[in-house]
Amino acid sequence: MTESPISVSELLTDPAGVPRARAMLQRAEWAARAFARYDKPGVDAIVRAAAEAGAAKAREYAEWAVRETGFGVAEHKVLKNIACSTGIADFYAGHDYVTPRIDAEAKIVEVPRPAGVVLALTPSTNPVATVFFKCLLALMTRSVVVVSPHPLAKEVCADAARTLAGAAVRAGAPDGVIQVVDEPSVPLIDALMTDERTSVIVATGGVPVVRAAYSSGTPAIGVGPGNVPVLVDATADLGQAARRIVDSKSFDNSILCTNESVLIVPEQAAATLLRHLKQAGAYLLAPDERDRISELLFPGGRFDIRFVGKDASWIAAEAGLRVPNRTRVLLAPFDLVVPEEPLAHEKLCPVLGLVRVPTARRGIDAARAVLRLSGRGHSAAIHSADPQLIMEYGAAVEVLRVAVNVGNSLGSAGLETNLAPTMTIGTGFFGRSSVAENLHPSHLVQWTRLAYNRDPAEPFGDFTGMTPWQTPAGPVPMYPVASNQRGDRLASASAGGQAYHPARSEPNGLGTDAGALREQIRRLILEELSQLAGG
Amino acid sequence: MAEELISFASKQDMLAKSKQFWNPDKTQFWIDSGVPLVIDRREAYFIYDVEGKRLIDVHLNGGTYNLGHRNPEVAAAVTAAMQRFDIGNHHFPSLARTALAEALVSSAPEGLAKVMYGSGGGEAIDIALKSARHATQKRGIVSVAKAYHGHTGLAVATGDERFATLFLADRPEEFTHVPFNDTDAMEAALKARDVAAVIMETIPATYGFPLPAPGYLADVKKLCERYGALYIADEVQTGLMRTGELWAISKHGVNPDILVSGKGISGGMYPVSVVLATEAAAGWLTEDGFAHMSTFGGAELGCVAALKTLEITTRPEVRSMVHYIAAVFTEGLARIQGQYPDWFTGIRQDGLVMGLEFGHPQGAKFVMKRLYENGVWAIFSTLDPRVLQYKPGILLTPALCEELLERTEVAIGKARDDVAKGGRR
Repeated sequence: MTESPISVSELLTDPAGVPRARAMLQRAEWAARAFARYDKPGVDAIVRAAAEAGAAKAREYAEWAVRETGFGVAEHKVLKNIACSTGIADFYAGHDYVTPRIDAEAKIVEVPRPAGVVLALTPSTNPVATVFFKCLLALMTRSVVVVSPHPLAKEVCADAARTLAGAAVRAGAPDGVIQVVDEPSVPLIDALMTDERTSVIVATGGVPVVRAAYSSGTPAIGVGPGNVPVLVDATADLGQAARRIVDSKSFDNSILCTNESVLIVPEQAAATLLRHLKQAGAYLLAPDERDRISELLFPGGRFDIRFVGKDASWIAAEAGLRVPNRTRVLLAPFDLVVPEEPLAHEKLCPVLGLVRVPTARRGIDAARAVLRLSGRGHSAAIHSADPQLIMEYGAAVEVLRVAVNVGNSLGSAGLETNLAPTMTIGTGFFGRSSVAENLHPSHLVQWTRLAYNRDPAEPFGDFTGMTPWQTPAGPVPMYPVASNQRGDRLASASAGGQAYHPARSEPNGLGTDAGALREQIRRLILEELSQLAGG
Repeated sequence: MAEELISFASKQDMLAKSKQFWNPDKTQFWIDSGVPLVIDRREAYFIYDVEGKRLIDVHLNGGTYNLGHRNPEVAAAVTAAMQRFDIGNHHFPSLARTALAEALVSSAPEGLAKVMYGSGGGEAIDIALKSARHATQKRGIVSVAKAYHGHTGLAVATGDERFATLFLADRPEEFTHVPFNDTDAMEAALKARDVAAVIMETIPATYGFPLPAPGYLADVKKLCERYGALYIADEVQTGLMRTGELWAISKHGVNPDILVSGKGISGGMYPVSVVLATEAAAGWLTEDGFAHMSTFGGAELGCVAALKTLEITTRPEVRSMVHYIAAVFTEGLARIQGQYPDWFTGIRQDGLVMGLEFGHPQGAKFVMKRLYENGVWAIFSTLDPRVLQYKPGILLTPALCEELLERTEVAIGKARDDVAKGGRR
């Protein structure tokens, strides 16, 4: 007698779930086709509903994410989750990615065309916030999303995506507007990325993921890693600078890719700044302590991901160090920014490298050196009251955003500056990316330009108030009620009366009774559904 | 290898031999109908004539190719199964048959608890009718006029005389035909309490998909209960998500005593048919399990194909897509109808089960011919040639739906001109 299970299932299942993923893309293609025809009020209602549903669960998901991944600070994740749900919706409330734009001067009309099917690869570090962020950007621009979360955070991400999906569909979005992969795997992600139904990949994650996205042959928006230098010069308000840096470095235990990596300070300001840093909760490691931390974080020269998002006192304890209770950041001094110095590399934990330089100008060189190691195109920070220096710094460091007199974690992410608030930092050509800005909705919409003959003799048309889209009144798609149960009036007037509406220029066919008819259809469907549930 | 076995000098040569060795009347019929189709390779929703002409298949052999021709997932499952299984021994409990039976029961309307297997739809109908007779110890069978349930001994007697009398296979003394959508006639047929079962296609396919009136099927089920007859739902053409639910009968709030599926159940890759029955309707399985047997019934390769087909078909993504596809055709066909209201006189639609009515007794044959010329294969309804059976696949892409609608629009217009000119198909 055999003890092992008897099964035919290996004949039937693909362990990687690839066929199911392809089915998701095909459903997404249908949803994208429908969503591309929604108008601005319809889109606004959907975005608002999804954002509010996400915000309502900001705390639950923050705690869940910390529990599932084992890193980060729940309290800070709550802030990010709100910033990336209702925060994002509020920020872009006045923007319009749906209605055609008219430039009478240029005799050009621009008609927005959504990306279509967005494949959103989301990281473990900012799992829910990134899911919220990418889904809402897609909804704003009438694209649909398939979320492939990082395996470390797959459960919370799947739930978060479904929360947004449910709210969006209840608010009128097409069925399948947001889908999520439950069991991400390399073959599955590869299948999603290379499938021609994927319109664009928005990849946030490690370098391999981003490179794979760019290599897939599918248009991709990928962003590289950060390694943020922060320069503080003597003209800065050193007390403010110290507090901002410690707050930023300890925010969510340095899990944002915008967290400061190496603090660069001219000798002239060093002593005062260090005093303020200690007051703000930083602990300056002695050389032997620094070595122990360095060996702990970088065994064999590579960052140990065990320490991602862990708090400072836990890390100190792991190294066998005793540090004050209130310690939020460990300051690790070293002399030279060179590849073989582990502490000069990116550290997604509250350990901040510290380099003293003779002058602020030499500090710019040090910042460039930090970025030579990694983080090109990403972000840098400066605390200074000297515009000349700030300009020199900005023109010298190979990044595409420099946060000035603000913590970089939330500064370059656009939450405490007027940059676009984002969970996805475009690293541009410096960072081998196609996008140089903080990811924002415009990146997911392209425009068909109706360009008139420049000859003044050829008049420009009057497009005022025209919109080629109309949000359907009922569920999309309409439940397939048999044609003899839709009612005579509908049958005779059904041209365009179902899931989709005809273009604005065509007579609708439903006329003034459209609302009543749709109500009738809805009632029929509800009856049918309740019958099914009851039966 | 295949070329050695299947080789003809030309298409004409092949057609001549088809008449000589296979079916002269049928072969000639298609030539005369302007559809000289000899299908060679096939893929997804496309079939290719031996001369290379591409056709979008919206006949799908009544849903056999719901998932497209040679669906890669089903093909892979059958290929894998062939490394280990063959048809199997029908007397013994089998891994594949048992797994499929469990999957079918868990996806079925409430009450269905046992699965019996055949190799084709007719055989499955015969099993269903025999089971009902055993369970009720009555002989009478009621079906609707112009019904079609297959060509085997009992099944053919339920259907239209078109297929029965030629073979002296009609049995009017036991098989009553009542008009469709007529509850009173149904009651009259059942009143004597001598009826074992009413058998109904949820939407009668070969009759051109006339839709059951709202409440009709539920009323028939109630009458069955009142007069001690079983309700057999023939879901061979309407099941497997074609109406936007796995089984069309569930849209009517009916839990049948017996449900029959065939055709698409095994993805068009290996024939199998199934009969799902309540414990009460499947009593013979407990009393004498050897009473009905079938060497090929529930062939294990077919069961594996069916398991995979069922898994694909019940994906939430697929149900969603079917609703999208149905909505596109609702809108698109209504638009076409708006152009030719006097000719394209009606649309019968429940999901992706569609019958297109034309204003001429043979209207669908004209449309079929023009569709063929325009790269679409759809068949007229044998028992009502005014009506074209229009059965798009459940995995269609938006692009192919749009292409299909455009081709259909042109063909319908040309067929109208043909009729107006008095042309004969």
